[in-house]
Amino acid sequence: VTVLAPDRLADALVALDGDPARTVLAGGTDLMVDVNYGRHRPTDVLSLRRLAELRAWRVEVGPGGDEVVLGAAVSYTTLLGPELSGLLPALGQAARTVGSPQIRNTGTIGGNLATGSPAGDTLPVLVAHGATVELASAHGRRTLPVADLLVGPKVTALAPGELITAVRVPVVPGPGEFLKIGVRNAMVIAVANCALVVDTERRTLRCVLGSVGPVPVRDPEAERWAAARLDWDGGTPPDPAVVDDFGRRLAAASRPIDDHRATADYRRHAVGVMARRALARAWAAGPGRGRDQGRAA
Amino acid sequence: VSTVTGYELVVNGAAARVEGAHATDSLLHVLRDRLGLPGAKNACEQGECGSCSVLVDGVLVCACLELAEAAVGCDITTVEGLAPAGGEPGDAALAGDVLTDVQQAMVEAGGVQCGFCTPGFVVAIHDLLARVPDPGPLDVREALAGNLCRCTGYGRILAAVDQVVTLRSRAAITTPGTSPGSPPGASA
Repeated sequence: VTVLAPDRLADALVALDGDPARTVLAGGTDLMVDVNYGRHRPTDVLSLRRLAELRAWRVEVGPGGDEVVLGAAVSYTTLLGPELSGLLPALGQAARTVGSPQIRNTGTIGGNLATGSPAGDTLPVLVAHGATVELASAHGRRTLPVADLLVGPKVTALAPGELITAVRVPVVPGPGEFLKIGVRNAMVIAVANCALVVDTERRTLRCVLGSVGPVPVRDPEAERWAAARLDWDGGTPPDPAVVDDFGRRLAAASRPIDDHRATADYRRHAVGVMARRALARAWAAGPGRGRDQGRAA
Repeated sequence: VSTVTGYELVVNGAAARVEGAHATDSLLHVLRDRLGLPGAKNACEQGECGSCSVLVDGVLVCACLELAEAAVGCDITTVEGLAPAGGEPGDAALAGDVLTDVQQAMVEAGGVQCGFCTPGFVVAIHDLLARVPDPGPLDVREALAGNLCRCTGYGRILAAVDQVVTLRSRAAITTPGTSPGSPPGASA
């Protein structure tokens, strides 16, 4: 077993190319649990700790507006800080629900994606934003929508020798919400979660459910249906019947399973409630700000 | 089959040679079993309990989730390194002669019962108060949410944090220029 910790990305990619079975260690909050419990015995390890460029983030002007480019090793603590959560509020909310301060200091967005757990809290938010990942290997680079990176439970489209180097997240002009249900408030893996992003310029919304299917779940038809029934000009609160039906449609789109954390029936119910609340809250925080927010969802 | 390696870590300001560790050993195991620093406690080994909390490059982490060999070159601070040791830097045998204000407050407020979680709480409280000198009640609860205690019910631990905040703010008023983070005796 060798542990490499290069300080240049090029060296990391060469090392991974020479030994694609090398275990990539980012924050370690998932990997080290498996190592500690003997479920994973790495042959060789590539630590990303010294790759400073992976911990940085910046804002770039993209084709459709500003994009936040997050290095793959950006931590949850950085995501929930005032600067980034101002640009990407739903992602900040999601990061804040992850683990404990210790876990949030350690865990990374690239690790959340590469692990690809259906319960990963940033995944629904990134899909809702239409985010892409930048992948690099010794032989080149490519970009992939997050929705295409995630293939199944803990299965990604990462090729052997490939690293996630960055996540490119379009800034959406409008409010974003993230809701999560666990067995308690702190330190829990999601029983189900829900991200909703409202684009007040394009007058669209995206709602993505997590932990209720092998990969994040969307229902584009339900999104268009709801967007067509919102008062984008006046910002009046949405008709409660529309909000309720939106939740029912998302619940119907979910594909949950029974497991040790919850039953499929509970999860289906929960995502319906969360989608309803997310829409009402996002509307109240965005187009409907300052108006009567109607009944509590 | 795991190979045995040798490397050097910087712990509590001093270089520490690690020999005979497995390459997949966590920092927690290396601290406790190779370097004679048993302050960080081993309970869950999955980042749930916070009893192994240490600082790596000034960041609060669970030592059980750090691969020890990947921490080469990092500045590691354990609970043993928070108070002045009274001897050479990093001399674990002498640690405990002097308590930090947080440790003293934990004793006085009754925040220590069985004591197993205490080192993790002490490190986490130092980390919180270094970043946020005057935290609100919710700030404290959120900052300590990753540290589990099964004895105290947390009330006495939260009281200890309040006590430190009060004492540090008084010290800052009466002795301007003294670092509010200095443990008792450190400024002498």
